[in-house]
Amino acid sequence: MARAAKSTKKPAPSRAAQDSNAQDLDFVLHSLQEEHEKTGRYGASVEEMLHFYEQMLLIRRFEEKAGQLYGLGLIGGFCHLYIGQEAVAVGLQSALTDGLDSVITGYRDHGHMLAYGIDPKAIMAELTGRQAGISHGKGGSMHMFSSEHKFYGGHGIVGAQVSLGGGLAMAHKYREDGGFCLAYFGDGAANQGQVYETFNMASLWNLPIVFVIENNGYAMGTAVKRGSAETEFHRRGTAFRIPGMDVNGMDVLEVRGAAEIAFKHVRDGKGPVLMELNTYRYRGHSMSDPAKYRTREEVQDVREHKDPIEGLKKLLLEQGQTEEDLKAIDKRIRAVVTEAADFSESSPEPAPAELYTDVLVGEY
Amino acid sequence: MARMSADLTEDDIPVSQLEASSRRMNMIEAINDALDIMLSHDPSVIVMGEDVGYFGGVFRATAGLQAKYGKTRVFDTPISECGIIGAAVGMGAYGLRPVPEIQFADYIYPGIDQLISEAARLRYRSAGEFIAPLTVRSPFGGGIFGGQTHSQSPEAIFTHVAGLKTVIPATPRDAKGLLIAAIEDNDPVIFFEPKRIYNGPFSGYYDKPVEPWKNHPDSEVPEGYYRIPLGKARVARSGDAMTILTYGTMVHVAQAVCQAKGVDAEILDLRTLVPLDVEAVENSVQKTGKCLVVHEATRTSGFGAELAALVQERCFYHLEAPVERVTGFDTPYPHSLEWAYFPGPVRIGDAIDKLLEA
Repeated sequence: MARAAKSTKKPAPSRAAQDSNAQDLDFVLHSLQEEHEKTGRYGASVEEMLHFYEQMLLIRRFEEKAGQLYGLGLIGGFCHLYIGQEAVAVGLQSALTDGLDSVITGYRDHGHMLAYGIDPKAIMAELTGRQAGISHGKGGSMHMFSSEHKFYGGHGIVGAQVSLGGGLAMAHKYREDGGFCLAYFGDGAANQGQVYETFNMASLWNLPIVFVIENNGYAMGTAVKRGSAETEFHRRGTAFRIPGMDVNGMDVLEVRGAAEIAFKHVRDGKGPVLMELNTYRYRGHSMSDPAKYRTREEVQDVREHKDPIEGLKKLLLEQGQTEEDLKAIDKRIRAVVTEAADFSESSPEPAPAELYTDVLVGEY
Repeated sequence: MARMSADLTEDDIPVSQLEASSRRMNMIEAINDALDIMLSHDPSVIVMGEDVGYFGGVFRATAGLQAKYGKTRVFDTPISECGIIGAAVGMGAYGLRPVPEIQFADYIYPGIDQLISEAARLRYRSAGEFIAPLTVRSPFGGGIFGGQTHSQSPEAIFTHVAGLKTVIPATPRDAKGLLIAAIEDNDPVIFFEPKRIYNGPFSGYYDKPVEPWKNHPDSEVPEGYYRIPLGKARVARSGDAMTILTYGTMVHVAQAVCQAKGVDAEILDLRTLVPLDVEAVENSVQKTGKCLVVHEATRTSGFGAELAALVQERCFYHLEAPVERVTGFDTPYPHSLEWAYFPGPVRIGDAIDKLLEA
């Protein structure tokens, strides 16, 4: 690639040389983190905070309902809930240019779809496997897409979406459309080999991509420290000269603040960034996981002291919103979610003929 | 992209046109020509892979393309097969037409995750919202003393996966037309190039000098753009004594055996395994009443098993003898015993005799 080729000759000195601090060859690797620590939280208006609150609450209520529908047998198979991690998708995606920047993620994808404002009915109907689902019921919980928002899924194979994200970033660069790719994966996926193949290519070719590790502490049932030699995931780009950022993923304003810095770096053509979003999932890995690998007290402690929605609620009350105002939002969200659930239960299943559609483009 | 001419089949190319605007090429040159044409006609076409750019490819299939189209269109990648194919899937979903090269088919396995779980499935699970129109080119097959990691024929792994197409050309003319069709196809295509016949058709007699392509009529390759549609078999030799179903290198070995023995067999070069030209298979076997399947890949669960099953399902009452298979043995591809493994003229000849006597 023409522009990338220049940076392949001697990436380390040339990037560092662009900086005022030319003596510090590793400046780029820690500069974003330093900036993040300096600027901290995003200075949101009350309107923006209310919007974040509403979006996070929608994800939580949607996921609670999905859990109920699963318990009732209306959702089958696999279902990975995003409860506890809401601030990550909302904080990051609020800083994207919708329809320009692309997003790709793993199987815990409901929250990312909802953060786009995609109709909850189409998402819930996908979970219940109905024709009206966003993938006509054939993708299911883990495989949802939206070309309108440049949301490239929804991928069930742990870590496989990261390589696709590299390709999306190459395509942004090739098209010179000014967009970049936001590629999410988890702390478990961070141990897959193909992630590092993509790190290498992304840095080598100076691709516009932000890698986001949603570190929720557990790769299914394996605690991070039992499965990872380096548990400070933001450092894992160092070998590829990708700057890392260590972010509190339980605070939507801190997430958004970090996003501003990371996204600017990428949009300015300075190459990839690796963000570690430290977060927590309250539910099991999937619905069949009783989560016996951690204590109730651990979960309770996070709920009481770090919950992203409660944290923002406190801020909003300080800013002059009343309990009644926020209750009205919750009531509205509950109505939206109930409507989505009713829709997802009453919509028809795909016709048997759908089995053979969209296998190949051409008829065969 | 607008088609510049209609799809061509063997019979459609007027001899006069061939003589007027064609030139002799070996298979490497034909593939290079196809890539050149697609790069020049469609800015969304990208050629990528290990050593395809500066070096021009280990088999020279991409020679000169980076110099002509630049490092943005034709570029070298790290040795990361999974990352290469994964990136190509992402690029394809975003509207590009990447043509990644995997240097040997034997190296494709790290990328299987991406091919099966992502490329083949993206369209289905997004209900047609996203597609993965990549064409993975890869030299395959044996006959070059490559041993077990540079000789394999893994086509059946891919034909077993719904959502992938698998193409294997046997002549320079087909290689060019099929590669253009594959690149323009909106599905992910595995394009296996039989490396034993890159430089000339192979009779199966490894101790005889290699005959160059220029002496073979199918090295006469039309100039410019043309497509050979996926899913159309080619009659490499017409006849009545039996039907030989085969593809790639083995087309030429089978032809040489029939010529040497004076057997009037019909040889169908399948050209694409998925989609398969079931109609051509059915018509030929119903005409001849006998069927021999030949492939280089190992026998058990090989593509020949699928062909044999199809033939008995569709032509059972026309068959005068059980379907015969000549294939590689169920062993890793050997180095020192390559020609014992290779389903060569002796084994093919024996199977033909058996069918003739039946």
